[in-house]
Amino acid sequence: MRPAIKSEADRDQNFARWVKQLHGAEHLKECIQCGVCSGSCPLGMYMDYSPRRLIHIAKEGFREEVLGSLTIWLCTSCYACTVSCPREIKVTDIIYALKRRAIEEQVYPKKFPIPILAQEFGKMIRGKGRITETRLVMNLYMKTNIFKATKMARMGLGLMRTGRFSLKSESVKNRGQIQTIMKSLEESKEGAA
Amino acid sequence: MKSYPYYPGCSVKGTGKAYEESLLAVFEALGVKLEEIDDWNCCGATAYMSIDETQACALAGRNLAIAEKAGNGAGLVAPCSACYLVLNKTKKLLEEQPKMRDRVAKALRAAGLEYTGKMNVRHPLEVLVNDIGTKAIKEKVTKPLNGLRVAPYYGCQIVRPYALFDDQYNPTTMDVLIKATGAEAVEYPFKTRCCGASQTSTIPETGLHLVYMLIKEAHHRGADMIATICPLCQFNLEGYQHQVCEKYKVDPIPVVYFTQLMGIAFGLSAEKVGLNRSLVPAEPVLKRRVANAA
Repeated sequence: MRPAIKSEADRDQNFARWVKQLHGAEHLKECIQCGVCSGSCPLGMYMDYSPRRLIHIAKEGFREEVLGSLTIWLCTSCYACTVSCPREIKVTDIIYALKRRAIEEQVYPKKFPIPILAQEFGKMIRGKGRITETRLVMNLYMKTNIFKATKMARMGLGLMRTGRFSLKSESVKNRGQIQTIMKSLEESKEGAA
Repeated sequence: MKSYPYYPGCSVKGTGKAYEESLLAVFEALGVKLEEIDDWNCCGATAYMSIDETQACALAGRNLAIAEKAGNGAGLVAPCSACYLVLNKTKKLLEEQPKMRDRVAKALRAAGLEYTGKMNVRHPLEVLVNDIGTKAIKEKVTKPLNGLRVAPYYGCQIVRPYALFDDQYNPTTMDVLIKATGAEAVEYPFKTRCCGASQTSTIPETGLHLVYMLIKEAHHRGADMIATICPLCQFNLEGYQHQVCEKYKVDPIPVVYFTQLMGIAFGLSAEKVGLNRSLVPAEPVLKRRVANAA
């Protein structure tokens, strides 16, 4: 694990302020570092920073460590931490905001498939309105590790045999409506800025 | 005939077909109609919230607005846990953040839709127990599953954090339905532990291990099969099972939807409830167990 020790001057105060104003972080300053979030997390043992630690260094402005961490991408959003936190800190929602920022700044760990999957997923919805699961997974393997796909052959055959595998691209009828919605959001974003 | 607007979501049209087949069959047998809303889009699942929150809410909001337009206010039934969570989350976020709500409402209006936030989102579990009731369900049971031991697996996103119909760590709604079929719902302490979500395919080291723990615990509790309420959980527990069994040396176990068990108990055919789509066959276990008990 990377050390998370910094001198006062090296902390990113802007980042710390941004974290504290997030929706779901209303009670962040009341965190008592009790660790119930880490204890309830099913993925905690694989993370580089435990949820307790992540929350602390995020609040203190350790920008690169937080945005570059595996922790935020290993969160499956099961909300165990959120419902257990005695201070009502919405850990899952804070982690979502950190994921968005990491994608926005393109600082997520390279070759790590989860943020790539999220972006492929987004592209497919914006384009088609619906997800074709088989195509999504194939796109992911093309972008990350094509050799992994061979491991999936047995499952693929099983799904085909049982009629659960289809490459037919699913789509909404009114794709224009989704484009209109996205366009309007884009315009109101500029207006708000 | 009582009816509800119905939001299927992408998974039950793809790898989770058996869920939709059994769900519709069971509701039909109970005299309740699920009416698929027109031209719904993907809810965005967990992925879109990681990209853009406002866009995510607008995408989910489009479905809520379409459901409102359809005019049936009984509550939008969403069988997939991820859809159920995202639709509820969207309602909550838009309620709490007026600025975002204005932008989303404006975008939907530009597309000819009106979002008021009045449409409730409901899970079939809760509709079955609270609206239809166990009495009506028990009356439909013609082939009780006596002797079958089932591990009720709820997964995470159905009870956390928005659902109010059950406990966030120890839900019992599905236990009640399993018992109504005559089967036994075994104690299953991992019932709301994460199934690994998309990590089964992206990071097998973590994803497969989570699946392994759920399967091992089900065996440990003496379950004949695991019952799920979510197409993604079902896919993880069943689709990746051959990899998990090979890697961690555990025996396979069938993973069915709770609606499939209900359908079988109602006397519907295995095909009608999609049991022919199982990768780990459930029928032999069902036959063995239920025949023994009879």
